[in-house]
Amino acid sequence: MSTVRIAGVGLTPFGAHGDRAGRELFASAALAAFEDSGVDRTAVDQLNYGNFMGALAEDQGHQAPLMAEAAGLTCPATRYEEACASAGVAIREGVRAIRSGEADVILAGGMERMTTLDTGKVTAALAIAADELYEVRAGVTFPSAYALMARAYFERFGGERADLAHIAVKNHANAVDNEYAQYQKEITPEDALDSPPVATPLHLYDACPITDGASAVLLVSEAYAETHDLDAPVAITGSGQGGDNLALQDREEMAQTPATTAAAEEAYTDAGISAADVDFAEVHDCFTIAEVLAIESLGLFEPGEGISAAREDRTTADGELPINLSGGLKAKGHPVGATGGSQIVEVTRLLRGDHPNSEAVDDATVGLTHNAGGTVASAVVHVLEATQ
Amino acid sequence: MTEHTTADQPATYDEWLDAIENGEAFYLESPEGHGSLPPRRVCPHSGSTELTQQPLPETGIIETYTVVHVAAEKFSEDTPYVSAVVDFGLVELTGVVRGKAPEAVNVGDEVTVGVETRETTDDRLVVFRPV
Repeated sequence: MSTVRIAGVGLTPFGAHGDRAGRELFASAALAAFEDSGVDRTAVDQLNYGNFMGALAEDQGHQAPLMAEAAGLTCPATRYEEACASAGVAIREGVRAIRSGEADVILAGGMERMTTLDTGKVTAALAIAADELYEVRAGVTFPSAYALMARAYFERFGGERADLAHIAVKNHANAVDNEYAQYQKEITPEDALDSPPVATPLHLYDACPITDGASAVLLVSEAYAETHDLDAPVAITGSGQGGDNLALQDREEMAQTPATTAAAEEAYTDAGISAADVDFAEVHDCFTIAEVLAIESLGLFEPGEGISAAREDRTTADGELPINLSGGLKAKGHPVGATGGSQIVEVTRLLRGDHPNSEAVDDATVGLTHNAGGTVASAVVHVLEATQ
Repeated sequence: MTEHTTADQPATYDEWLDAIENGEAFYLESPEGHGSLPPRRVCPHSGSTELTQQPLPETGIIETYTVVHVAAEKFSEDTPYVSAVVDFGLVELTGVVRGKAPEAVNVGDEVTVGVETRETTDDRLVVFRPV
């Protein structure tokens, strides 16, 4: 089985991109990844492309061949859709294809346009990741679903809005120097606590923003990297995926996310590591409570301990286990179909030492990505290791 | 156009709402004692395909709730509203709590289930009201 190396990474800035077409955004990220890698575009065997709401936001279906064309590729292209975990799955399927020997070079990533829709329409578009019959028709939105989970967590383990506010403060602080982040500004706990309610107990500053953006990762086999003398010091050594009932009402548990645990256990076993070996992680903090659920279900913190981790400086840049050094979905932004690829880009840059926040993890060798779909009815975890 | 309905077709979501409106609310139970809601051919917990309709308990307990201030456009005139997940024993239901001020709703409250319409549209809505 071939080891999978990351030959190059590319991003667009995350934020509002006006009337730029999605295809041009993805091309921008893809060309950046090629420039970063030194790999020729003609070498690509396939494009694995993540996108969630393109049919609603740009009236554009059948996006994968369009994105291949935009990036100057002539290879087969397939779109992966797993709500907010779309690019995570696209990456994972790329890893599996290279390991199987079917491919040597795969471009994987994703793109989302979201600011083309007003708040009501984008809220409705995001909600289609939930159960249409039993949640959407009952008025459940993406924020309110996480609010239901937050209240369930508070009931079971304790916690308060101030704990969540410190997660927002941490992730905003991490984003200040990240040139790709949507919000390069610090906030205070009071800013978060005083922001207007969206779905109680979650307020505006508990939520990730509406974001346009694209990500691209060039995956290559170890043999290809050696043959072509590529500088590819980061490898994906573990990959895992888990699932759960789509609707919250059908789950055994709302204060934990077993899909994440299943994905993590598979990824750790695959990489031959345990949670204790992880030096830092990019986790799916679409809402502040989601970061709590993620770091506990990943096994990085005990159940009930994740809620206070940011407030106690355990997950800040200078803490024992930095979480979301990129700024996370919360401050860097969340173009849903691109996010899973963006997390791989950020961990790669952090491990290589060319991220603005690399100093915080200068001794690190193991980074983790955690990408979740909907209310974590799907989860994808990857282990990345610096090998040189 | 041929209507493909057969006698052994499982209950639809709309038939489930009709049943609640007619005072005959039900859930589906597998031989292993798991509950689920239609339309189902397979129990999501046991995998059993032997599902039978059982009467839904008259009341349930609010397990978690949220007061929604920013809604999708089809609920824009309903805000603020309380979304809740309510435990009815072997199944949980998701709906909107009415008949109580949002700030008075608590986890553990006992409620009944009914079908009403949204404020924004004429679409039917699962509604919980205090006992």
